Amino acid sequence: MDQTFWTYFFVITTFSLYIAIAIRSMAKSTNDFYVAGHDVHPTINGMATAADWMSAASFLSMAGLIAFMGYGGSVYLMGWTGGYVLLALLLAPYLREFGKFTVPDFVGDRYYSKAARVIAVVCALFVSFTYIAGQMKGVGVAFAGFLGVDFNVGIAIGSAVVFVYAVLGGMKGITYTQVAQYVVLIFAYTVPAIFISLIITGHAIPQLGFVGNAAGTDVSMLSTLNGVVTDLGFTEYTSTTKAKIDVFCITAALMFGTAGLPHVIIRFFTVKSARAARKSAGWALVFIAVLYTVAPAVGAFARLNFIDTVNEATYIQDAEDYETRAAEIIAQGGKPVPAWYKDWEKTDLVKFDDKNGDGIMQYRGPNAPDGLANEVDPNRDIFVLANPQIAQLPPWVIGLVVAGGLAAALSTAAGLLMVISAAVSHDLLKRTFTPDMSEKQEMRAARISAAVAVILAGLIGAFASQLPFVAQVVAFAFGLAAASLFPVIFLGIFWKRMNREGAICAMLTGLITTFSYIYYFKFINTDSAGWWFGISPEGIGFAFMWFALLIGIVVSLLTPAPPKHIQQLVEDIRIPGQASKVKA
Amino acid sequence: MTESQAHKLYWRAVLRLTAVLLVIWFAVSFGAGILFRDFLDKFSIGGAPLGFWMAQNGAIYVFVILIIVYCIRMNALERKYGIKG
Repeated sequence: MDQTFWTYFFVITTFSLYIAIAIRSMAKSTNDFYVAGHDVHPTINGMATAADWMSAASFLSMAGLIAFMGYGGSVYLMGWTGGYVLLALLLAPYLREFGKFTVPDFVGDRYYSKAARVIAVVCALFVSFTYIAGQMKGVGVAFAGFLGVDFNVGIAIGSAVVFVYAVLGGMKGITYTQVAQYVVLIFAYTVPAIFISLIITGHAIPQLGFVGNAAGTDVSMLSTLNGVVTDLGFTEYTSTTKAKIDVFCITAALMFGTAGLPHVIIRFFTVKSARAARKSAGWALVFIAVLYTVAPAVGAFARLNFIDTVNEATYIQDAEDYETRAAEIIAQGGKPVPAWYKDWEKTDLVKFDDKNGDGIMQYRGPNAPDGLANEVDPNRDIFVLANPQIAQLPPWVIGLVVAGGLAAALSTAAGLLMVISAAVSHDLLKRTFTPDMSEKQEMRAARISAAVAVILAGLIGAFASQLPFVAQVVAFAFGLAAASLFPVIFLGIFWKRMNREGAICAMLTGLITTFSYIYYFKFINTDSAGWWFGISPEGIGFAFMWFALLIGIVVSLLTPAPPKHIQQLVEDIRIPGQASKVKA
Repeated sequence: MTESQAHKLYWRAVLRLTAVLLVIWFAVSFGAGILFRDFLDKFSIGGAPLGFWMAQNGAIYVFVILIIVYCIRMNALERKYGIKG
């Protein structure tokens, strides 16, 4: 059984599973469609949230980013987990107690304003579309890289699968497919990690291998790695050249952005009560932490492995027979380029440019002590993708990794689609422009907008692959969620005096300042010398979040207090069981 | 104690609990992992510099514990003030 067989086997099996689950959990009402009937078990919702949250970026790119950045990669690890503490303590239980369907729902009702609702819809749509384009691109890459299918065909297949279960099942269908997708992705991530940890450190648990000694020595794995990378002219693995203020701001922007992302927040509308929402946030972080505490170990191992197998290896041309030439090189006491490297060369994820013409692959950092130029250019995604081959694991593990990457991308895409469809059918149509439509019509509108959104997302994903800035756009999603949505939700719960005028000004301030800063320094003037206080576009959302909070407070104090019934609503959502009691 | 008094006391206790947990949240991530990393790196946990390890692994474990403590304490507060959730 070869690798292609196993890849097809896992991809077809898991896709059929997702569709079967969707058909079993058809949505019958808007309540089912938007919030899965409000009765998902906290643990199940925690698992679904984990899959919803962990995207193609977490699964494929993060460990590779950490491998390259060393300590600098910590911003992702802390940022994408610490946000759940904010979510659990500051937002999720209260929003659940409020008991509606969407994030703009809360903003519109709390600030008694259609304008505020529409601005929140704009923020939610903008954040979700930037995010979903990256997921669809990930699906295309996985199909093209492993199954030899055309990139656009890959995106079409992925869209079709999401289409079936999101449009049929709504939130209810998505919840149970996300649970299945979590199981697939976590298995696919940890199995290769365990094998590699055993090879490099002798520990079966990667988190222990991370702090353990390199196998067969009494030197710690990390100091070995530090020695190896500094010898090649890179910065020490456990330090960074980045400014502290920037590391601080990026981490914070990712944390507050996580807490403000609509597709994460709506998952907590699906449980029974505020108490269940707290518990569910805890479970979500437990399930996420399984991957996030393994990722730094995978990153460090991968860096070590890569240098060990590739640096100073003798290159073998495509025209030569790999087996015979490799045997010759070994006989001469040399190190042949590994077979997995030759495999991945076809995808352009690794490149070798023999600058000094000696046929040997020199991998060097910017300050190489021997003065040699770097000749090897690996893409950061290669580390997770090629891990099973580097560790010489059986071919079925590779098939599993592909299915895992697809599960990560599809589960996140589906969650984002729900935000988009609910924002259109519920917030724009039902609550703003056509309030007299029946539940049946609203359901149909929700399905149609989900369908249109899938097609749009697929097109954006296909189109975005031609553009260089897909990765850059992700900075938008987190920065905007942190600066525009987080402040108004937070103040709406914790400050009764916050009013409509303050909310509208705060959202617009956060949206416009963050958008302009990111746009200017990503697309117009990419020179980092111009950054304000040395804060990169990735971290600026945190600074403008404070500015938006300040504007919101000042404007609220200068304008009339919110009406009595709104102040009462705020009192009620603070007490579990109170808001739902009042409504009943 | 009337119901609205109970609610007031409950809310004050919730704010206090939230503030304490957020101070810890800040200390383990921004504090240990970023601001005081250089100092903590003088110590080590197993084979990893402590500040580096906090940023890449330790803070995440503490985050999980914080939410678990929050759930337990909140349930206790709700019992104490007769809130049924």
